[in-house]
Amino acid sequence: MSAVWEILISASFWAAAVRIASPLIFATMGELICERAGVLNLGIEGIMVIGAFTGWMAVYQGMPLWGGVGVAMAAGMAFGFLHAVLTVPFGLSQHVVGLGVTLLATSTSSFAYRLILPEVTSPPKIEPFQPLAIPGLSKIPLLGEALFAQTPLTYAGFAVALLTGFVLFRTPLGLAVRAAGENPSAVEAQGLSVTGLRMGAVVVGSGLMAVGGAFLTLSAFSSFFFEMVNGRGWICVALVVFGAWRPGKAVLGALLFAGFDALQIRLQQTPIGAVLPYQVFLMVPYALSILALILMSRRAEVPAALMVPYNKGER
Amino acid sequence: MRLEPVANPSLARRLGYPAAALGATVVIASLLALLAGAEPFGTLGLILQGAAGSKFAALETLNRATPLIFTGLSVAVAFRAKLWNIGAEAQLYAGAIVAVLLGTGALGSPLVLPVSALAAMLAGALVLLGPVLLKTRLGVDEVVTTLLLNFIMLLFVSYLLEGPMKDPMGMGWPKSAALIKEARLPRLVEGLRLHWGFGLALIAAVLVWLVQTRATLGFEMRAVGQNAGAARFAGIPVNAVLVKTALLSGGLAALAGWSEVAGLKGHLSLDLSPGFGYTGIIVAMLAMLHPLGVVVAALFVAGIFVGSDAMSRAAGVPTYIADMLLAVALLLMVLAILLTRFRVVRG
Repeated sequence: MSAVWEILISASFWAAAVRIASPLIFATMGELICERAGVLNLGIEGIMVIGAFTGWMAVYQGMPLWGGVGVAMAAGMAFGFLHAVLTVPFGLSQHVVGLGVTLLATSTSSFAYRLILPEVTSPPKIEPFQPLAIPGLSKIPLLGEALFAQTPLTYAGFAVALLTGFVLFRTPLGLAVRAAGENPSAVEAQGLSVTGLRMGAVVVGSGLMAVGGAFLTLSAFSSFFFEMVNGRGWICVALVVFGAWRPGKAVLGALLFAGFDALQIRLQQTPIGAVLPYQVFLMVPYALSILALILMSRRAEVPAALMVPYNKGER
Repeated sequence: MRLEPVANPSLARRLGYPAAALGATVVIASLLALLAGAEPFGTLGLILQGAAGSKFAALETLNRATPLIFTGLSVAVAFRAKLWNIGAEAQLYAGAIVAVLLGTGALGSPLVLPVSALAAMLAGALVLLGPVLLKTRLGVDEVVTTLLLNFIMLLFVSYLLEGPMKDPMGMGWPKSAALIKEARLPRLVEGLRLHWGFGLALIAAVLVWLVQTRATLGFEMRAVGQNAGAARFAGIPVNAVLVKTALLSGGLAALAGWSEVAGLKGHLSLDLSPGFGYTGIIVAMLAMLHPLGVVVAALFVAGIFVGSDAMSRAAGVPTYIADMLLAVALLLMVLAILLTRFRVVRG
């Protein structure tokens, strides 16, 4: 156990946990916004891939880093729009369309990658976001390095979570979006468009998912690999459930999850890592996600109209 | 806009929209080829030629279609009951593991083939049973659990191939020992590179079709899928039907992995399936969840993959064009199927 304790009191562990949580926070907020409006978005995995790819490619072609974030967001919104059109006005199966969008976005990334870089064996690197230490605060032991010596994109992630919570729960727009996911006919009775609210939520949410993907290339790994998202999107879908569709709880879930992930990486270097095969450690994130779903299954308050298409005039 | 049901869709309507969806997919394929600097019609021709232009190409397509028929059936069975099994990939590997466990000397002939097939189905069924019990008992969404299990299973296979199942004669490669001769599926026709897995896949499709149209279980699955609440009210044991569906669906997906190992590869490695489990979803949707349609759709999808590989070697268009086209075909086809039954009206 002393190995675990030593990891837990190291500042680098807490910093890694916050870093690992950052892309998850963006994408989880994105999924949460979609689901609050009543639309399950299984395009998330592919949208994270297209975000990782387009953001990285834009910077590689000479754009500034924030420009890359913008390009990723726009690409995510485009695929989000596709998901929204097919699932909201046409009311098609959100499962099937979401998986189709994931496949389309993933294969589009691979196709474009090979088209632009036909002969490359190892993907070129870009100069990623650098950590930005906040004077004073970053000197606090343990938490300082974890919270105030991160890259600007991590700070943006926390800002997005705050903003998501504020808009959803403190503004009329947020109330309307949530109502579209709970009781769409009441929204329509107020003279608001359920279709418009749901489509808007899916497009905005998908933009955030893509920024989560772009975090991987622009802030974490500085390069693009085909398998780099590796199920993070699905994990975010689980995190939304774990967070009971509340932004604050979902962020805590992402941090907790990332903490376990950072812990398993470090445990691989300890005597425990010599006993257990490394695959067991790599299973931890997926197993934890399943466990989180089980733990929350009885308590979670699912938006009442999640996955229920709304057709005007139908009663 | 609003959707209005079409009372009696005409034949033109029922065929026109799906045909338009396929047509649009071909147009997009041409645009992608143009984008890659290739000649569109030449590229499409090369895909067609690569898929069915020679005896070798056609057999390759049939071989590739075999696991897709199994995973397509697995998905079609599950989706019909609105059981969202996205975990065919994990179930496939469960079947493949069993094929190696029983096929490398643990069992002698002539028992080994039937026993390992049944054991593989059981293993695949058990892999899906977990998520389904979580769904029926605790209300845990099976989409995410089955998806996450795919990742866990792949890591488990990786562990097996680097540990207990590693071939000592494998020169350090993470692959299993080769199956004994008695555990290999024979060829369908002597001299042709096509194994009995394809024959079994066709038989499975017919059996599933019979279950769905002739058996009480098939009726119950359909009822649960159409309206679980009404089915429960009518006295159908919804949860029991879901569990039976899961056992069938998981078992079918496991046969995909089992037949790839026993019929094609002869051993297990981590690249056994280039996503056959996920592609099964496309196959099932293109087939409109009809078991016999799954065979046709699997041949179509396998043809696109095999043809694109060949075309890519000749024309230099990235082979990922195949995945893009299938994604486009899937999305357009679900839309087309909707439009055969509903009309878009303003207001």
